[in-house]
Amino acid sequence: MKLDAIDITLQGCAKHYPNGHRALQPTDLSIGAGETLVLLGPSGCGKTTMLRLIAGLESPDAGGRILFGSDDVTRRSIEHRQVGMVFQNYALFPNMSVRQNIAYGLRIRKAPAAEIKRSVDELLALTRLTDFADRSIAQLSGGQRQRVALARALAPQPRVLLLDEPLTALDTQLREHVRGEMDRLLRQLGVTTVYVTHDQAEAMALGDRIVVMSAGRIEQIGAPREIYHRPANLAVARFIGTISQIDGDWTEQGLLCRGGLLPAPAGTPPLRQFWLRPEDAIVVPPELAHLRGTVAQAVFLGERTRLSIAGLSNEPVTVDITGRFAPVVGDAIGIQIRPEAWQANLTYAEAA
Amino acid sequence: MKKFLTALQLVITLLMVLFLVVPVLMSMLAGVTDNYAHGWRSGLTLRWVQQVWELYHGAIGLSILIALATLAITLVVGVPAGYALSRSRNRLARWLEGLMVLPVAIPGLASALALLVMYGSLTAFRTSAWFIVVGHVIFTLPFMVRSVTAICLGCDLKTLEEGAASLGATFWQRFTTVVLPNIRPGILAGALTVVTLSIGEFNLTWMLHTPTTQTLPVGLADAYASMRLEIGSAYTLIFFVMIVPLLTVLQSVSKPTGQQRGQRTNRMKQDQTA
Ligand SMILES: Nc1ncnc2c1ncn2[C@@H]1O[C@H](COP(=O)(O)OP(=O)(O)O)[C@@H](O)[C@H]1O
Ligand SMILES: [Mg+2]
Repeated sequence: MKLDAIDITLQGCAKHYPNGHRALQPTDLSIGAGETLVLLGPSGCGKTTMLRLIAGLESPDAGGRILFGSDDVTRRSIEHRQVGMVFQNYALFPNMSVRQNIAYGLRIRKAPAAEIKRSVDELLALTRLTDFADRSIAQLSGGQRQRVALARALAPQPRVLLLDEPLTALDTQLREHVRGEMDRLLRQLGVTTVYVTHDQAEAMALGDRIVVMSAGRIEQIGAPREIYHRPANLAVARFIGTISQIDGDWTEQGLLCRGGLLPAPAGTPPLRQFWLRPEDAIVVPPELAHLRGTVAQAVFLGERTRLSIAGLSNEPVTVDITGRFAPVVGDAIGIQIRPEAWQANLTYAEAA
Repeated sequence: MKKFLTALQLVITLLMVLFLVVPVLMSMLAGVTDNYAHGWRSGLTLRWVQQVWELYHGAIGLSILIALATLAITLVVGVPAGYALSRSRNRLARWLEGLMVLPVAIPGLASALALLVMYGSLTAFRTSAWFIVVGHVIFTLPFMVRSVTAICLGCDLKTLEEGAASLGATFWQRFTTVVLPNIRPGILAGALTVVTLSIGEFNLTWMLHTPTTQTLPVGLADAYASMRLEIGSAYTLIFFVMIVPLLTVLQSVSKPTGQQRGQRTNRMKQDQTA
């Protein structure tokens, strides 16, 4: 199955709810044809609101415009927008079987019975639901429901696929598996997709581009690697992945902190603190290290061990090392910083 | 100790049930006793039942017709109203909800009096059975509306409808394919409540009735007041035969179905993870 791809443009779209709450600040956004765009942000930041604006379930405040290709759909209600939507709780029809749920959109369109059957059979196969076609929704597991919701949204060949936290209702094990399948499916379909999640791992795994949102605003738009390694500001960096603060005083050579001197590359402007991602530290013998501290906590996570190191700064600093390395709490430990880690710190200094 | 308490509980419950049920059973038994003054030894007979039927079958038939007319009106008015109330949770909606319960809260005699003051002079209306139907609608409508509102909110109808709309369904298509099938248990429960209440309603009906518009409970009062005890008892018997099956069905449909319970727990799970 392959769907036509169109691009989407939001121009100056803001949203006030009737109770006066401003869920979305005026926002411009372009979504490329066939792209998977992920809206990422903490709960309550306006992701669902943005998705519902695109879907046509809410209308933007005066002045906002939404275009599908060159087609202005701002005033068009959802039933005429040809969008495929997967709701957070799936919203499957409990009075219909799996097959009837998937066929619903085509039935409403009064498609010929033979075409409905062919199309539904294809989707059942695509989502591996063929054996469950005649079950009722109540008899399905969470993962199966999620696939029915997806198949139902795809059946009428939507111009845009809109997914609101489609994996949140699944348990962790299943989530990772379904994420892989979803990625494969979205690529195969080639449909323009807007995917809402508050899970950064999901965002990075699925998104061609990620839109990081907070408090009704877009903080940054970029490819997953760009967002992770070159966050526009500290808020983004904090939201994506883990980050620790190393405080100190600026000297000619670099940042002087409790754990020692962190040498800075030439030309670095004066900094009061250094922000460190857990994987940007390399553990070395203390006598060879720039920074020295003691292990305050060591959590074995399988492929890696997450250390909390005291004595480097005012607060403990989080560092990841390979899971084979098994330090004991109280051990002296030394770290070096990967030079690449300085780049992001220059951005934060600029943004501040 | 625990066993003793359970046994005690059982005994008390049984005694309570006996306390309530025995008089009713006795009364019904009296209805088939040849001469109650001489006890059951005087023999069992259906004579009284037959006599009641001959005297009051008009009232019984009228009660059923009134109940059906009341049901039809509460369905046509109550289902859309309940649905609309579930959609708009603003102050006006809540105010309307409160207003509607008023006729249930104030004594039936008072609502009846209000109707008489208002429409008593429209003789044709006042002497027709429709006058009673109006009274019954005012009294039973809140039960239908409540039942429908509750199920609309309970099965998260708003999201289901949004799902249908996203698939291209217009309002009427959504209403017939998604809304009605999913709220059917609530409508059914409401309908049975309305019919049961209408058939058993006495206060309001007694005030509104005329000699030509006598309903089953009004006839019952008449029989108790003016006939021999056996006839009144036979009347009770007939009333029970009619109302008990209704109550039984009411019990079974107002329980949530397995399917809906499944959904509800699922939604709770999602709320926890969200
Ligand atoms: N229908 C509504 N009426 C009023 N406020 C709303 C409504 N829907 C959402 N909000 C508010 O708007 C903000 C953004 O909500 P939402 O878009 O659902 O966030 P997210 O999906 O990112 O969790 C929240 O503070 C929420 O409480
Ligand atoms: Mg949301």
